[in-house]
Amino acid sequence: MKKRYFLSFPANTVTEPIIYNLVKKFDIPVSILKADINPGNEGNLLVEMTGENQALEPAISYLESQHIKCVSVLKRVHLKKDSCVHCGACTAVCFSEALTMDKKSWKLKFFAENCVACGLCIKACPLGLFEMDFLE
Amino acid sequence: MSSSKSFNEINEKIAKGEAVVLTAEEFKQMAKNSSPKEMAKKVDVVTTGTFGPMCSSGAFINLGHPQPPIRMEKVSLNDVPVCSGVAAVDAYIGATEVCPTNEKYGGAHIIEELIAGKDVILKATGKGTDCYPRKEIETRINKDTVNEFFMFNPRNAYQNYAAAVNTTHKIKYTYMGSLLPNLGNMTYSTSGELSPLLNDPEFRTIGIGTRIFLGGTEGFVSWNGTQFNTSKPKNEYGIPTSNAATLAVIGNAKNMSTQFVRAAYFEKYGVSIFIGIGIPIPVLDEDIAHRLCILNKNIETNIVDYGNPEHPALGKVNYEQLQSGLVTFNGKEIRTAPLSSIFKAREIATILKDWILRKEFMLNQPVQPFPVNSSVKPLIIR
Repeated sequence: MKKRYFLSFPANTVTEPIIYNLVKKFDIPVSILKADINPGNEGNLLVEMTGENQALEPAISYLESQHIKCVSVLKRVHLKKDSCVHCGACTAVCFSEALTMDKKSWKLKFFAENCVACGLCIKACPLGLFEMDFLE
Repeated sequence: MSSSKSFNEINEKIAKGEAVVLTAEEFKQMAKNSSPKEMAKKVDVVTTGTFGPMCSSGAFINLGHPQPPIRMEKVSLNDVPVCSGVAAVDAYIGATEVCPTNEKYGGAHIIEELIAGKDVILKATGKGTDCYPRKEIETRINKDTVNEFFMFNPRNAYQNYAAAVNTTHKIKYTYMGSLLPNLGNMTYSTSGELSPLLNDPEFRTIGIGTRIFLGGTEGFVSWNGTQFNTSKPKNEYGIPTSNAATLAVIGNAKNMSTQFVRAAYFEKYGVSIFIGIGIPIPVLDEDIAHRLCILNKNIETNIVDYGNPEHPALGKVNYEQLQSGLVTFNGKEIRTAPLSSIFKAREIATILKDWILRKEFMLNQPVQPFPVNSSVKPLIIR
């Protein structure tokens, strides 16, 4: 199973080879979806890790031992569905196909589990109906 | 014996509850098994619909005279400037007008909030005259406190529109949505075979005075829209393959619904407004029935590069391909996305059909046809 985490690095951890350690020591495939790393400053990383819970838990413990804050971001993008007019503008930018148009009803379908939280839909929606929820 | 019908004959059938009314999609489905001649006999009215961003929109409002009165020369609603150069207390709320302190909020939002019945803050100033001594005013208004509040949109319901792509290496934020670099996506903004002016491409039934669905209530075609263009190249089915004719429309905004009028903001472009329009097409004869049989695969449009400031056309695509979600262009598969809601367009066509079936909506014969030879001039800098 795939799980997404938003990792917040304190300034003094940024130079640690965190991803290398996740792969080599914990045997976890890691995809980096978004990165904002600046040596000497706090950094953020959005990653997708593949593995069962028992495999992921030690990895998360390791990250936390490095003072990295790990927040599960399974449902980070929130859509105000009731206000949606089903124009489809958001589907233009959704590479992960979390947002697609149902070709029969022409209503917007949102598969949150496919969302990689790239954030492009937030700017693409002309009604401003998407929000990022970092606290999940 | 003539097989044609008049507007009056169709209206009589509507009044008697005998009219056969179909949405454009239902008509096309039925036409698979019947000839246009048979369809013209079987069906009286076909309803069309569109719901998309239509920037060239706005609303006139008469704010009422306070005591003592003021000749309003500078007016804002919720800090959005509105055009007040029309007499003392008339104003025009342009949909794309922007609030100076919030670029994502503008005239469209004011129109939507007024339609929703909300209060907005009116601020106005004038120099003070002998007949209008007051120099400033600040108060709250809503659609029930003002006199008239009617939508008057100079250019809506475009007959076809380009499909947009971006060949540059950077994302482009446009009124055609977010266009990903390197032909990463393609957006389009027409409801295809449901769209009003694609079902009556030569305006045989649509003209000045046509009664329409506008924003959830009845409205009228008031004129040919701005940039009305009949000189665009047409394909073998008589459909212009780029943006061509347009409609100027008018209707009572006090009776409209925010289900069919929605403010919008396109990133780094600005404020716009989604407008819902539905037009009934009377099936007067075989030729009109034939036009109504037009299918998405027969409606083509240009693929235009919005990454290039000159917007060159790169090729052609049809609406069956666009609505499939994937278009192959120059050997590359490009994902497509609509900007105009087909779901809402269907809803509008269905509501309009119900109004007609309930005898609440009669057809108007145009009082004047649209121009037959019209082109668009560029602005020459001289």
